[in-house]
Amino acid sequence: MSPTTKNPRNQYLRTDRMPHIWCPGCGLGTTINCFITAVEECGLPLDLISVVSGIGCTGRIAGYLKLDSFHTTHGRPIPFATGLKLANPKLKVVVFSGDGDLCAIGGNHFIHAARRNMDLTIICVNNFTYGMTGGQVTPTTPMEAVSSTTPYGNIEEPFNLPFLADCSGAVYVARWTTFHVRQAAKAMREAIQKNGFSFVEIISPCPTLYGRRNKLGDGLKMMQAFKDNSVVCNDADTRSVALDFRGKIACGKFVDREKTSFLDMYNTKMAERFGPFYEPYEGVK
Amino acid sequence: MKADPKGVLTGAHFLDGDHACCEGALAAGCRFAAGYPITPSTEVVERIAARFPSVGGIFIQMEDELASSIALQGAVWGGAKAMTVTSGPGFSLMMEHIGYAAMVETPCVFVDVQRSGPSTGLPTLPAQADMMQARWGSHGDYEVIALCPNSPQECFDLTIKAFNLAEVYRVPVMMMMDECVGHMTEKVVIPKASEIHVEPRRYTTAKPEDYLPFKAEKNSAPPMVRAGDGYRFHVTGLTHDERGYPVTNAEVQDRCVRRLVDKIRANARQIIMLEESDTSDADIVVVSYGITSRVAVKAIQQAREDGYKVGHLRLVTAWPFPEKRLRTLASHVKAFIMPELNLGQMYFEMQRCVEGRAATYLLPHAGGSVHDPELIYQKIAYAARHMRVKEGKEKEAAK
Repeated sequence: MSPTTKNPRNQYLRTDRMPHIWCPGCGLGTTINCFITAVEECGLPLDLISVVSGIGCTGRIAGYLKLDSFHTTHGRPIPFATGLKLANPKLKVVVFSGDGDLCAIGGNHFIHAARRNMDLTIICVNNFTYGMTGGQVTPTTPMEAVSSTTPYGNIEEPFNLPFLADCSGAVYVARWTTFHVRQAAKAMREAIQKNGFSFVEIISPCPTLYGRRNKLGDGLKMMQAFKDNSVVCNDADTRSVALDFRGKIACGKFVDREKTSFLDMYNTKMAERFGPFYEPYEGVK
Repeated sequence: MKADPKGVLTGAHFLDGDHACCEGALAAGCRFAAGYPITPSTEVVERIAARFPSVGGIFIQMEDELASSIALQGAVWGGAKAMTVTSGPGFSLMMEHIGYAAMVETPCVFVDVQRSGPSTGLPTLPAQADMMQARWGSHGDYEVIALCPNSPQECFDLTIKAFNLAEVYRVPVMMMMDECVGHMTEKVVIPKASEIHVEPRRYTTAKPEDYLPFKAEKNSAPPMVRAGDGYRFHVTGLTHDERGYPVTNAEVQDRCVRRLVDKIRANARQIIMLEESDTSDADIVVVSYGITSRVAVKAIQQAREDGYKVGHLRLVTAWPFPEKRLRTLASHVKAFIMPELNLGQMYFEMQRCVEGRAATYLLPHAGGSVHDPELIYQKIAYAARHMRVKEGKEKEAAK
C-alpha cells in the first residue's frame, strides 16, 4: 500500500475554508470527526444529507462540512430543518446546535420538534458556555460555575438536556463526551438511522473560556476529567442524569423507542380522511 | 409557465380576502406553508390547512412566528414555493427572518393582514400600521417588495404576483393586507390554470464543481439550487462571497449588500405597479394604498363633480416606492394628500420624493376603522383653498 498524503476525511470537509476558527482544545473538531464516522457507517449518499446549524461556535460546523449546509439564525436551526425536511423528506437532516443556541434562544423549537416527532437528528455540543461571545452563562452551566456574566458563580439550576428531550417526546436520546469518540460516533449513527426526533448530547471542552474561568485546566486536562468522571449507564432514567459542577457525567444511550414520526402520522391521517384519492405526501413536486 | 390546474379553483366565487389569498398562493404553486394563529390573518392558514393536503402540499402550524418565518425558508431551500401568514405582533417577531431571507436570497412570501398597534393593539380592527416595518423592520441594508391589495380579487391576483416577483428577484415579498381587505367578502374570479402565469424557480445549469451559489449577473438574482441535488453548497446569514462562504471585511460587505439592494433598485420600474386616474390635469393628487384607496375614490369622485381638479394615484406596490413617478407628478401637481391608517408612514416617503415642489398633506387615522370619505373631501377642499391663496399671493408679488 502506498502512503497517502491526504487525510481521507478531507472529502467531507471544505478544505478551502481551513484553517477553522475554533480554539486549541475545543471539542468541535472531535465532534465533526465522530459525525463523519457515523455518516460513513450509515452508507447514506452524501448528497442526501443536509446539515443545519444555528449561531455560535457549534453553528460554524455547517460551514466546514462539505454537504448541503445551512448556517441559519440564532436558535432557529430546528424550525429551518423542519421546513427543509417537509419539503423533501428524502433528505436526512442533521442539526448541530450549541447549548445556548439549542436550549436558551431555541428552547421552544427544541421541545416542539420533539413533541411532534419531526424526523430530525439533533446533535447538541454542550460546552456549558457561550463560546463565540466570550464565555457567558447558558441554561446548561452548572450551579457554582463562573462565567463572564456570573462572576460570583451561577445561581440558576441548569437544564438536564436528555431529560428535556425524553419528556418532550424524543425517540432516541444519548449522551457522550468528546473523550468517547467510538461511542459518540455510534450514537450519531443510530440517531441518524432513527425515524423520528433523535437527540445526541456531546459534552465538549471549552478550555479557553469555561475551563479557564473555572480552573479546569487545558484541553487535555478537561479530556482527562471527562475520562475519569464519566460513568456509562445505558438505559438510565433520564431524570437521574443531570450534571453538576465537577461531578460525575452519566453517559450512554438513555432512550430508544418507536413512535410514528410527524410525516408518517400526517400521511396516515390524510389517507384516512381522503381515502383512495389521497396520494401520500413525499415532498413537493 | 402556466399554473398547475390541481391548485386552481377556476370559477366565480364569493370569498373574503383571507380565503382569496390562500387560493392565490395555491394557484401560484405554493405547496408549503407554516403559520401561527393570529387575528385577523387566521382564516388564511385555516383554509391552507384544509386545502393543501388535497393538492400535494403541506401545512404546519409552528410554535411561534419565529419558527414559521424560518421553516418556510427551509422548505424553499428544499425545493418548495412557500409562504407564511401573520399580523402585526407576529410580523414583529418575523423581522429576524425577513433579514435572513434578504441576506441569503430566499424567494418567499410573507402575508401580513394588518391590524392596529403598537403591541397587541386592536386585534380585530384594521390599520396600515406595518408599512415602514415591512421596509425597514430588520437590521441592516436590504430591499424588499411589498404589495397592497384593496379587494379580495386582488388578494388572489397579487398573491400570485408576489410569488412570481419572489422568484425573479429572490427577495421576501410582502402582501400588506389589512383587516378590512382580509375580512371583506366580494366576488373573486379565478381564471383557468392555463391563463395564470407562474414564474418557475430558476435553477442553475452549472456543474457542481463550477457553481457559485451567489454569483449573479449585474442587478439580478443568482440562479438557485436546492438541497439534495448534489451541489453540496453552503448558505449563511453572515456576509458572504460568491461561493457562499463567510468573509469578514468591508470590501465583501460592500459587494454583498450592494447587490442585494441594487437588484431591486435597478429594476424598480419593472416591479412597480400603480393605478392612476385623472392625474394628467390634476392640481391635487390623492395618493393612497390598500383599503384606503377604496375610501378615497368616493371622496375624489365627489370633489371632481364639485369642480376640483383632483387625481388619484394608487400604490399597488408600496415598496419599492414609486419615487420617479412622484417626482414627475410634482412638476405640475400643486398638492398631494395621503390618507393612511396610521399617524404618518408612507406620507413621509411621499414628502421626501416631492422635495418641497408641492404642498403635501397627511390625513392620519390611528386605525380601528377606515377614513370617513367626507374627511378626505374636506382635505381636498382645504388644499384647493390654500393653493388659491398661495397663487393669489404669488400674483400679488409679481405685480
